[in-house]
Formats: sequence, C-alpha cells, structure tokens
Amino acid sequence: MTDTAGSNVYSPYLPQRGHESEPRPGAPAGALARKPSRLAFGRLPRGGILFGPVLLILVWEFASAIGWLSPKFLAAPSTALVTGYDLLVSGTLAEHFLASAKRAYLGLGIGVAIGLALALAAGLSRIGEASIDGLVQIKRAVPTLALIPLAILWLGIGEVMKIALIASSVMVPIYINTHAALRGIDLRHVELARSVGITRSEFLREVASPGALPGFFTGLRLAVTTCWTALVVLEQINTSEGIGYLMNRARDYGQTDIIVVGLAIYAALGLGSDLAVRFWERRALGYRKALNS
Amino acid sequence: MNALAQPLNLPPERAGTEVRLRGVTRSFSGRTVLRDVTLDFAPGEFVALIGKSGSGKSTLLRAIAGLDDGVDGSGTIAVPDDRSVLFQDSRLLPWKTVLRNVVFGFRAPDAEARGRRAIADVGLAGREDAWPNALSGGEQQRVALARSLVRQPRLLLADEPFGALDALTRIRMHGLLFDLIRQRRPTVLLVTHDVDEAIKLADRVLVMDDGRIVLDRHVGLPHPRPKSDARFEALRTSLLAALGVSDDV
Ligand SMILES: Nc1ncnc2c1ncn2[C@@H]1O[C@H](COP(=O)(O)OP(=O)(O)OP(=O)(O)O)[C@@H](O)[C@H]1O
Ligand SMILES: [Mg+2]
Repeated sequence: MTDTAGSNVYSPYLPQRGHESEPRPGAPAGALARKPSRLAFGRLPRGGILFGPVLLILVWEFASAIGWLSPKFLAAPSTALVTGYDLLVSGTLAEHFLASAKRAYLGLGIGVAIGLALALAAGLSRIGEASIDGLVQIKRAVPTLALIPLAILWLGIGEVMKIALIASSVMVPIYINTHAALRGIDLRHVELARSVGITRSEFLREVASPGALPGFFTGLRLAVTTCWTALVVLEQINTSEGIGYLMNRARDYGQTDIIVVGLAIYAALGLGSDLAVRFWERRALGYRKALNS
Repeated sequence: MNALAQPLNLPPERAGTEVRLRGVTRSFSGRTVLRDVTLDFAPGEFVALIGKSGSGKSTLLRAIAGLDDGVDGSGTIAVPDDRSVLFQDSRLLPWKTVLRNVVFGFRAPDAEARGRRAIADVGLAGREDAWPNALSGGEQQRVALARSLVRQPRLLLADEPFGALDALTRIRMHGLLFDLIRQRRPTVLLVTHDVDEAIKLADRVLVMDDGRIVLDRHVGLPHPRPKSDARFEALRTSLLAALGVSDDV
C-alpha cells in the first residue's frame, strides 16, 4: 500500500505498517464475527418460554411429595392429572367443557360482531362517532361485574344473561382497537386513493379495512382472553354445567384436585385461543413480515 | 437501454391548452404560500418546476391535482380528469402485492395484462406477487412509476419522484419516463430540486420563489442534451441565478 501519512507521522486513523501483518489477538484476520447485538436480548430458543411453567410444576410437585403442601390446601399436579384423566374418561369433563366453550365462543362471536359494527360506524362517519364513541368509553369504564345485578333483573339468571355479558365485555376491546386503527389510517393512503379515483365502497374494502386490520387483531387477542375471564365469574351464578360450576362444587367438597383441573383448562383455553388468533394474524398480516427498511 | 441516448421522434404537440391556471392563491392559516399563479400548459408539454424548499412547489402541484380541498385560496384551475400523480414517496399499499398496487383503481378491461407489462417496463418482471415491504426503496419507486405508466394519463403530475434515488437508478427512471412520453405524449409537470434534471428532460422550466413563478424558460435544445453543451451551461446559470445560487460554489 502507499504511504499516505508519511512514515514519521502516527495517525490512529491510518493503518500503521508494523501492525498490518500481525493478527490481533483473538481475532482471526479477515473474519468478522457476527456477534448478537448487546442492545437487544437474543431470541429464546424454541420452547424456551416453557421453562418457567415447567419449573413451577416441578417445585410444586416436589413440595407436595414431601408434604409441605397439604392436598386440602392445594392438590399435587400429578393428583390433578389423574383426576383430570378420570373426569375425561367418564365424560363429565367433556360435558362441562362444551357448556363453557359454547357460552364463551357464542359471547365472543356476538361481541366481536357488535364491536366491529360499532367501530366501523364510528370510524367512518361523524354522526356515528358522535353517538357511539362516548357511550362505549363509558361502558369501558364500568366493570362487567358491576353490570351483573342489572343484567339479572333484565335477562334473568339463565344462559341469555351470561352470553350477553360476555358479549358486552368482548365488544369493548374490539371496538377500541378497531376504531383507533380506523381513525389513525394513513392520510397518504387516503390521498392516493383519491388520486386514483376509487369509489367509497372500494375505499372501505381496499384501504380502510386492511388498514384497520392490525388494530382489529390486537382487539381480538384481548377479546379471546376477556371472554374466558368473564365466563369464570358468570359460571358461579345459577348453573349446573360448565367448568366454573365444576370448580365451585369442588370447593364445597374441598376437592382441590378438581379445582386445579379447572384452572388448567382455563389456562389451556386462554393460551390456545391466543395462539389461534396469533396464527391467523400472522397469515392475514403476512405482508408486514417482509419489512425491508 | 437509455432512452435519452437517442434523439426523440415525438408526435407534434396538440394545439390548445391542457392545463389552465388563473390567479391561483393558496394560504395556510393566514400565511400565503401561492401568490396569484397564472399558467398555461400546452398539450404534451413537459414542464419542470424548480424552486427552493418551502417555495410552494408541492402546494402548486397538489392544487393542480385537485388534492387540496380544505385549503384556503382563490383562483381557477382547469385540468383534464385523466391525470395521474406520482408522489415523492412511493405510497404503495403494503397489504397489496406489486401487481395489485399497480392496477389499484385502474378500470380497463385488460388492466391486469397491462399492469404486468408496466411492471416489466420498469424492470420488475417476476416481482408481481411480491409485497412492497420486500422491495428496496428504488424498486418501490419503480412500482409507483409503473402505477402511473399503466394509466397512460393525459396529465402526469410528479412531485420529486426521483428524489430518493441513487444516481444510477435515477438515470434509468429518466429513461422510463421518456418512454412513457414517447408512447402517449402526456402533459407533464415534474417538480424537482435538480436543475440539471430539469434542463435534461423538460421542454420548459419554471422557477418558483416564495409562491410566485419568477422565471419561465423554454429549453429549446435537441435531445440528447449533454451537460457540456454551452447552451445547457448558459441555461443552468440563469436558472441558478433565479434561484439565488451561483454556479461556482
Ligand atoms: N398542510 C399544510 N399546513 C400548513 N402549512 C403548509 C402545509 N403544506 C405546506 N405548508 C407550508 O407551505 C409552504 C410551501 O410548502 P410546499 O410543500 O409547497 O413547499 P415545496 O416547495 O414543495 O418545498 P420542498 O422542496 O421542501 O418540498 C411551506 O412553508 C410549508 O410549511
Ligand atoms: Mg415539496
């Protein structure tokens, strides 16, 4: 190489001759190691998220085995597993599970439909927004549980009341997130739509709806857990089937193993629903994955 | 292949006026951005608009595009309905594939076939089903150009469409733009901050300063237009002077 700096000048920015041929310790010449950035945590390996739950179950099982945890206080995971298996084989579990799932998903479906309709009405017209948005914000501020007394007076203590309350609690996150996404639609896309001269219904279908879809999915992920949460409370009221009923009855008899089975089912359903929504979301919003810049 | 390298055999200009502006004024919250702009573009005329940042170029282009309702102002603007806007950003809908973006809102019976052809024209054949996010910035700009090309508009309004591109891609895009012009001879308004680009491409160069057209020059040079040409130099010097910049920086 040419000596640009002159041999008697030392500059930290110029390669110094004497150093060229000596490899730096620990760094193979020419190889740039691709170290993960220290600013962000590395990604967990597949299934790494299971570490915490598995650890908890092991400690719990151990504590039960050596007698620290009495079965009256909390049944061991293995006991709960056996109980769960027995309930499954006898068909009891399926019956209660189906009753719960029917309520939760019926409520979810109705709530999503209402939330979506309200969000569209409020997001796309001024009159809609003026008449709907304030009401939903108020509804949001009132806890679902606080509506139970009125709902019982109006709808009785049967299934209708339960499904209506689930729907009303599901509707809120769907509405809030979809509406916010519609409001926040990229104005540059609106301008483009105008410049290519599309109709209002084409705009709704091809610009507004896809633009609001990410918000809808955020709402849906919240909604699928909300519907099960609401269910837990509602299944304490006048019912003879459902996971919540099963757990309540178990409480009366001190059967902590059945309670644990119920909890496990709620957890599995909540996680499963979330997983299903995320899978659907990834497929529907696949175009975002290819982020280039 | 560089279309600029060959002399153009353009069809004769259509007679009359394609774009007519009379006393166009626009202001944002009391601050006047366009001051009494009166202009005529002949059919098929390629007009370049240059000016300092903030001088009102985009405001004028948006007014001509009819995208500025809600902005205070007066004056009359007559433009053909058949017009297409090329924005400074590529403005692709991320949830539509390249092909769907190109034919977005394009209502021809053979829209799809023409869309594919336009994509091939901008050198993106094979990427029809790609998502915009998977394209590089220059490729996205080319998709936006294809979206304008496919419509074969009578009036093309382009707001610094090549601003974000590297010099090489820019030269290719100039070629593509010229091909479009050769095919259908649209009237073109090209906003740019590049004086050389303006002289190289346009029939006529407008200089805008503080909301006014302060210089309106016909280029009148044969294509291609090498920068070494003395007339090119002279025109550049007078344009830069109108911009308040001297050439020998
Ligand atoms: N929507 C708006 N609201 C308020 N002021 C605006 C708006 N649009 C433009 N302006 C103002 O009008 C002036 C002219 O803006 P314009 O975008 O036309 O400039 P320009 O010549 O295109 O500049 P550039 O070369 O930087 O793109 C600027 O001072 C800008 O701040
Ligand atoms: Mg501008």
